[in-house]
Amino acid sequence: MAVCIAVIAKENYPLYIRSTPTENELKFHYMVHTSLDVVDEKISAMGKALVDQRELYLGLLYPTEDYKVYGYVTNSKVKFVMVVDSSNTALRDNEIRSMFRKLHNSYTDVMCNPFYNPGDRIQSRAFDNMVTSMMIQVC
Amino acid sequence: MEGLTLSDAEQKYYSDLFSYCDIESTKKVVVNGRVLELFRAAQLPNDVVLQIMELCGATRLGYFGRSQFYIALKLVAVAQSGFPLRVESINTVKDLPLPRFVASKNEQESRHATSYSSDSENQGSYSGVIPPPPGRGQVKKGPGSHDAVQPRPSTDQQEPASPVVSPQQSPPTSPHTWRKHNRHPSGGSSERPLAGPGPFWSPFGDTQSGSSAGDAVWSGQSPPPPQENWVSFADTPPTSTLLTMHPASVQDQTTVRTVASATTANEIRRQSSSYDDPWKITDEQRQYYVNQFKTIQPDLNGFIPGSAAKEFFTKSKLPILELSHIWELSDFDKDGALTLDEFCAAFHLVVARKNGYDLPEKLPESLMPKLIDLEDSADVGDQPGEVGYSGSPAEAPPSKSPSMPSLNQTWPELNQSSEQWETFSERSSSSQTLTQFDSNIAPADPDTAIVHPVPIRMTPSKIHMQELELKRAGSDHTNPTSPLLVKTSDLSEENKINSSVKFPSGNTVDGYSSSDSFPSDPEQIGSNVTRQRSHSGTSPDNTAPPPPPPRPQPSHSRSSSLDMNRTFAVTTGQQQAGVVAHPPAVPPRPQPSQAPGPSVHRPVDADGLITHTSTSPQQIPEQPNFADFSQFEVFAASNVTEEQDSEADKHPEILPTEKASDPATSLRIAQADGKIEEKTAASVPANVSKGTTPLAPPPKPVRRRLKSEDELRPDVDEHTQKTGVLAAVLASQPSIPRSVGKDKKAIQASIRRNKETNTVLARLNSELQQQLKDVLEERISLEVQLEQLRPFSHL
Repeated sequence: MAVCIAVIAKENYPLYIRSTPTENELKFHYMVHTSLDVVDEKISAMGKALVDQRELYLGLLYPTEDYKVYGYVTNSKVKFVMVVDSSNTALRDNEIRSMFRKLHNSYTDVMCNPFYNPGDRIQSRAFDNMVTSMMIQVC
Repeated sequence: MEGLTLSDAEQKYYSDLFSYCDIESTKKVVVNGRVLELFRAAQLPNDVVLQIMELCGATRLGYFGRSQFYIALKLVAVAQSGFPLRVESINTVKDLPLPRFVASKNEQESRHATSYSSDSENQGSYSGVIPPPPGRGQVKKGPGSHDAVQPRPSTDQQEPASPVVSPQQSPPTSPHTWRKHNRHPSGGSSERPLAGPGPFWSPFGDTQSGSSAGDAVWSGQSPPPPQENWVSFADTPPTSTLLTMHPASVQDQTTVRTVASATTANEIRRQSSSYDDPWKITDEQRQYYVNQFKTIQPDLNGFIPGSAAKEFFTKSKLPILELSHIWELSDFDKDGALTLDEFCAAFHLVVARKNGYDLPEKLPESLMPKLIDLEDSADVGDQPGEVGYSGSPAEAPPSKSPSMPSLNQTWPELNQSSEQWETFSERSSSSQTLTQFDSNIAPADPDTAIVHPVPIRMTPSKIHMQELELKRAGSDHTNPTSPLLVKTSDLSEENKINSSVKFPSGNTVDGYSSSDSFPSDPEQIGSNVTRQRSHSGTSPDNTAPPPPPPRPQPSHSRSSSLDMNRTFAVTTGQQQAGVVAHPPAVPPRPQPSQAPGPSVHRPVDADGLITHTSTSPQQIPEQPNFADFSQFEVFAASNVTEEQDSEADKHPEILPTEKASDPATSLRIAQADGKIEEKTAASVPANVSKGTTPLAPPPKPVRRRLKSEDELRPDVDEHTQKTGVLAAVLASQPSIPRSVGKDKKAIQASIRRNKETNTVLARLNSELQQQLKDVLEERISLEVQLEQLRPFSHL
């Protein structure tokens, strides 16, 4: 469903970004980058500690004519940004949530790997597989 | 065991073998794994091997001491010579050829060794140890071995590469198989993927004295057992390693196991261990892994923390990325720690990788934690198929091992279930929120949306109490100790009485509330509550036990919210939602006379409901209130009085009832109109004084008060009755089993009941709405009249 999935670190640099190789992926990169502002805005608006998972899910960040961008932030300020195609008969919010949950779980697994240094780009094959599964669904 | 006399050659040979098997350098005891392999290499049938072991006493002792080992070797020689295995044969058989191990390879090796003994090549050294090839005959054995041994040392220093070379140089006579083994392509998983110990052994053979070389030789030559691949491994890629190791080993003249000396060699060796299937771990490898595990974590059942594992595996000098991948594969339960099995799998993968094998995408089945079960290491449960949750579920290979299957299967199930949970949790959470009336969650359930603050339960009026008791008497509810039970029972009864309306949580709540309200008479209360809910409703304040977790009470909430909410909304400051609901509820209650019986019940129920709702601010209250207008009104009145203080004081009992009715009526008709209230109050007392049944008064006074609403009252009464019935039904119904863990049947049954209740309530709702409309019209007309009477409306 997603055409682009990105994992952004706390310092707002990408840990992992992958998009369906359709057109220029740069456009997706740019969208993700611009969405970070919205994410920060939502985070600051939240205020209280992001404990409740509902708060982790930011929902639709902003829609464009072709795509919709959804956001999700973890308690450690690691952000997941997902760009989905608007043409997809609107994905249910629950589905987006579940996708983010899977992302979060996979990300946690990557973190658990002692060979992974936080801050490195995510190169886990398992993570890649999971993301691929999510993206293939879409396309 | 009689004394064992060995010839010199035998002595030497045996000591070499012993050293070979003594990987732990204990010099006393050999590792069983090695010994077993050795025996397997002897190409003796298993039963013979077992017999040998038994004869030599190892079975008895449980380990192979030096003497046992020697005896065993001797017996091997005996067996290989075709002599029957007897203890006596140890010494009786003369000229016993040295036991031959490892099939052709060894023989070949030995052959070569003998043939090349003169070459002063290491091969000679090899052969020296190994009994002369069969071809050469035993003649050579003795002298050959000696000779070989002698030249060997001299040749030891020579080309470290010779060990590597020798295996590959299969002499013409060398069986092709042997050659194949020796040469199996590096990384050729097809053959013996991992000939781990190979390199290890080659060094041995090389450097060590002839004996060790011999050991290495035959060890390397153990092609038959697939596991001997390690040996062949020597020929494989790790050749280079071997080469490098040779120099080192060359210097090491002792027959010390290289194992101890070269950890990496061991690793390599491990890697080259042969498997029947590429990823199978041989016993020796496993033993090695276990030993390594012990060095990090003495407790075999414990975990190796990630950091320690990281350090350990970093020593293997594999790239971090690959180590990371190995970790992902091997850490089954994704807990950041390695159990014994996980560690062995990881170690094995490292070895494989070092040998040039590519890492698999998924963990091979042979490496799955099922090994743990086989190894009876603890933490099987931990490892179970957490096969890379992060990975695709496909990575959860169906474990074959008995223990793992469940584990692995559970993992995929968990994977799926986790995904299902994801959705489920969404749903559940949403539903829960719904039930909990989380405004955030879109109330998919109309009931939830409807749910409004549970009307506060008015202090149970005695009248209501009486009513409740009456109801209780009628009902044979069980003890409300278990709301669900009560509800179910009530529900069943209610169903009979009323339409089979399923009453969700409301009942439970009622149950609770009732119990609360009538501490003295919990059972009765409970019963009443279930049916009449109102009881409980009435006494919520009294007992004030926190209502049970708000259960989704669609019916309640719905009914109540529809009517009550509005009315309640009007009346602010309602102490409790339920109470509030009461006042705004249709003021005119159907005449109690209409259906005294049912009304009695219903009002009671309504009250109960109301009270329930009050206690359980959600769902239920609406229903009860809604249903039991009369009581509710009474309650409301009482509640209102409580809060409003003004009237309550006057007529503690009456007013409450009046209030109950008043709130609904007065609020609606003349919220701010004190007159009306007064009127109602006045009327209420009058009505109350009538002393009709407790149930009747509430509706009656209300009706009286609203003279213009008399006609409405019957409706209200009906409503009340209906609502009461519904409330009762709902109350009786066990709350919707929020907890997933409830008995499924009960849940399903309650779901059914709830659905029925929902339908009934929906109908009732529509009817009540209609009545509401009528009442509103009446109100409007009254207001107009008021306006006329009072030009300056305070509103």
